[in-house]
This record gives sequence, structure tokens and C-alpha cells, in this order.
Amino acid sequence: MSQIHLELTRVGIEFPTPKGPFCALRDVDLKIKKGEFVSLIGHSGCGKSTVLNIVAGLYQATTGGVVLNGREVNEPGPERAVVFQNHSLLPWLTAYENVELGVKRVFKGKKTKTEMREWIEHNLELVHMTHAMHKRPDEISGGMKQRVGIARALAMEPQVLLMDEPFGALDALTRAHLQDSLMEIQNELGNTVIMITHDVDEAVLLSDRIVMMTNGPAATVGEILDVKLPRPRNRLELADNAEYNGYRSAVLRFLYEKQKKIEPISAKRAEKQLEKDAPAQAKSVA
Amino acid sequence: MSNKLATLKFEKLKEIKWRELIIGVSMPMIGLLIFLALWHGIAPNIKTSLGEFPQPKQVFAQWGNLVDEYKSEHDRAAQFYERQEKRNAELLVKDPTAKLDTREFSGRPTFFDKIKTSLITVLSGFLVATIIAIPIGIMIGLSQTLYSAINPLIQLFKPVSPLAWLPLVTIVVSAVYVSDSPAFSKSYIISLFTVSLCSLWPTMINTAVGVAGVSKDLINVSRVLRLGWFTHVIKIVLPSAIPMMFTGLRISLGIAWMVLIAAEMLSQNPGLGKFVWDEFQNGSSDSLSRICLAILVIGLIGFLLDRAILMLQTYVNWDKSAVVR
Repeated sequence: MSQIHLELTRVGIEFPTPKGPFCALRDVDLKIKKGEFVSLIGHSGCGKSTVLNIVAGLYQATTGGVVLNGREVNEPGPERAVVFQNHSLLPWLTAYENVELGVKRVFKGKKTKTEMREWIEHNLELVHMTHAMHKRPDEISGGMKQRVGIARALAMEPQVLLMDEPFGALDALTRAHLQDSLMEIQNELGNTVIMITHDVDEAVLLSDRIVMMTNGPAATVGEILDVKLPRPRNRLELADNAEYNGYRSAVLRFLYEKQKKIEPISAKRAEKQLEKDAPAQAKSVA
Repeated sequence: MSNKLATLKFEKLKEIKWRELIIGVSMPMIGLLIFLALWHGIAPNIKTSLGEFPQPKQVFAQWGNLVDEYKSEHDRAAQFYERQEKRNAELLVKDPTAKLDTREFSGRPTFFDKIKTSLITVLSGFLVATIIAIPIGIMIGLSQTLYSAINPLIQLFKPVSPLAWLPLVTIVVSAVYVSDSPAFSKSYIISLFTVSLCSLWPTMINTAVGVAGVSKDLINVSRVLRLGWFTHVIKIVLPSAIPMMFTGLRISLGIAWMVLIAAEMLSQNPGLGKFVWDEFQNGSSDSLSRICLAILVIGLIGFLLDRAILMLQTYVNWDKSAVVR
């Protein structure tokens, strides 16, 4: 088992509410190999983002823990770069400067100024953003912002790339475009990636494994599906591929048959209460 | 056909633009004229101990008088220095080792000198307030604990009138600021600190609110990059707090200017406040018109100070498209 790169063991998390602790996750076990592309899929509110935030170190697990390369994860760090859903670029910095912020932090003393500049430009080139390198986020489109967000994460040379619904806020065409870009980059760099998604096609197209989560509260890993489609994958060819459609329906069956979203009213109330009391935390649960 | 339509559209646009321009220029003019007309009409009906309340034309006539006063005072100063130089030169001819006696001209400060004094005092008071308020604002914005500790004090001192602070400041400054050859006059120091004490609160509170309101996502970015405290403040906190900070600075400067006039009246700092006070004490036939003129000038300078802060904000703010009003 020396291949295991990132390991989540019996991870659980509880958020305090006035009515007692609210258990969002329970006993999440996951082993990820180096260079693997793993998607987390599940209904909204099932705690996918919470899992990602625990791996990122933004949240502390109440029980269990995360081990990366033999070391326990306790706090955030650039070796686990995050691509946020809403890009989270600093609006007062240009695309270049946004990437530079991370690069300076990680490669200070390891790269010269020229090397850093070349490295930043190289990463922006990877996401096809060289033409708008010196534009600020409010001057570029949503898709372009997300590209810069990906470049910022990649430029930190992370051991694990964490993506929180990276394409969720984009229109379908832009999304397809970025998915292709991501596959291309993944093919070239071989990063370990954990991606959260609610898009079945996206999960099947991009992943080596799809982790399907049960509904919360106390959500956990329901099923894991190995996607053995050969790479590089082409969305047009796969559209009529029986294997691809098999995977697709397997995920759909899990989501809409086994984990049909029925919310008891009491759970809804608890969630509402939680949102009122801890808006920041509730955001990631929902 | 479509060409004709385009020209028609263009004509229409041009017409709208003209209308906007005419309204934009004429409406303020009409407002001003109505105000002047009312003033002109009502003023003679107000009989005071110093005669009738002055009409606009009498007030504006004072402007000429004040300019003349300034010129004659300026000439007197020039003559004084000329005489002094001449005298010293003669002394040197008689005895090359003679001790020379050079003095400053001590004429009466004119209206324009007073404007200068007021501006210097208000800006130094505002500067002191800003230097205190922004760092504290950042600290209490970053730390909820510190905020809970300092907030009651802010709420307690914020509503205190400058007139209440002034006696206290006067006595403390008189006791502490003792020097044989003071670089600054006591009245200047007193006015300065009164202005600072009253004007630092809005900047402090707004900075704190701006700093505390940094988006959670950006804080997460900072945590993932594991930015140091200083980089975090410089790169993330300050830029996002700038709009709120400037809102505070604008309110502060407005308060500073209002407080200054009151402070100068009582501390006898030779600025616009003292000008108004002196004219009030003077009670000549010109006094009322001069006070009216001073009020107009005070208002105009307050307006210009506000514009200056806005310009600074547009210059400093990263978001050039932000609407400032």
C-alpha cells in the first residue's frame, strides 16, 4: 500500500448548534493514489464541500483524520491548492499578480525573479490566458477567471489539487471547454486531483474514480465507481460509447434511486437553525 | 431607409444629450438665483443692533475690502523688511562686528492668513486623527476580542461635543506643553487636538467594519497560501477595506472642519473661527456682512476638502469604476 498518497480515515465532523452538535459527516474513508483523478458526487447539502475543506485544512475533522504522504493534515497549506467555486481571485490584482501571489509564497528563495516570471507565464499559458495576463478579474469573463484560478493553484505545484465545483458557475459551453483544458493539463502534469461536482457527465468524463456520497446528515461514502475508460478521452466519441453510458447510468441510479433526495422536515429545520447560527460553516454543509 | 433611421436615432440621442446638459447647468443656477433673491428680499426686514441684515451685494462687497486689507498689510510687511535691511546695512558699514537685530513683521493676520491657518490646523488635526484611527481600526477589525474591549470606549467618546473637550484639552496642553521658545503656539496645539479627538471615531469605526467585512473566500485564499500576517493585511485586508475606510475619512474630515471653527473661536487660534468671533465682538457696521462672507467661505472650503478626499479615494482605490458621490 505504499502507493497511497492521500488517506482519509474515519473522518467525521460535527458543527455546534444551540440544539446540540449537528453531525455533517461520519466515517468517511478514502484512499487516493498519486496522480489519480477522483470526483466526489452527491446531492447538494451532503457534505461534499466539507470533505474537501477538511482535506484543504480549512476545517478540522472532529473524528478521524487526513494523512498526506505520511503526515497528518492539520492546517491549510499550498501543497494542497484549492480551486474555489467562485474563483476567489483578488479583484485588485491582475491575473498575473494573482498567480504571482502564490508563486512568491511557495518558491521564495528557490527560484530567481526571472524564473518566477517564466513559471507564472508558463502556468497562464497552460490555461490559455496569456492574452489577458495583465487584466484584472472584473475585465475578464467568468470562464477566464476560473482559468486563472486553476493557474494559480497549478503554479503552486501542489501535491494534491482540490477543486470545489470548479465549473459549477459557468455556462455549458464554457464548462465543456474548461473540462477539455483540465484533461489536457492533467494528461501533461499528472496531478492528484479531488474534484467536487454535481454534474454526472463531468464526473464520468474526467475521473479515474467517482466517489458517490450518501445524503446528510451524517453523510458518508456510499459507493465508489472505477472509470476505466482509456485516456485521452474525447467527449464526442464517448457520447455513443456503451461503456461510458454504463458508468453514467450507474451514477444516475445511485443518485436518483438509492439516494433519492427526501428531506424530513426536522432536518430542514435543523439546517435552517444552523444557517442562522453559523452562517460560515453552514455554507459548506449546504 | 435604415440610414435615415440611423440619422434620426442619432439626432434624437443628440437632443437628449443637449437636454441633459441644459438641465445639468441651468438647474443649479436657478436654485442659486432663487436663494439669492429670497435673501435679497428678506434681509432688509431683519433689523439688528448692527443695522439691517446685509444683502448679498453688501456681503460680496466685503470680499473687495478683505482683499484690499490683505494687499495693504502685504505692503506694510515689505516696507518693514526693507527698512530693517537698510538699517542693518548701515550698522554694518559703521561697525562690521555689530550685532544685527532681525525681527519678524508682526502685523495683523488678514482674512487670507486666517484661511491658511485654519487649513493647516484642520489638516494637521485630521492627520493625527488618521494616524491614530486607521491602525486601531485595523486591529479591532481583525480581532473580535480587541473589538469587544475597545468598542465601549468608542461608543462613549464618539458623541462628545468639541465644546466639552476643549476646556480639558486647554488645561492639559497648558500644563504639558511648556517650552521657552515654542515651535507652535498653544492655541494651534489645542485646536489641533480638539479636532483630532472629535474626528477620529468615524475613521476608526469604518476601518474596523471594512476590515471585518473581508470576504470569507478571500480569507480562505490567504489561509491556503499561508500568507504571513503582514502580507495578509497588505494584500488582502487593506484593499478590500479601502472603500469603507474612505467613507470614514470623509465623515471625519467633515467633522474636523466643523469642530475646528468652534475650537478656534474658544482657543483664539488665528483662523476662520477667530475671524468670526472677532467680528462678533467687534460689532461694527461691516461685521454682519463679514460673518456672512466667512460662512460662505467656510462652506466652500468644506466642500473643496470633501472633493479632495474623493479625488484621493479615486486615486488610491483599485476599483476605478466605483461610483463615488
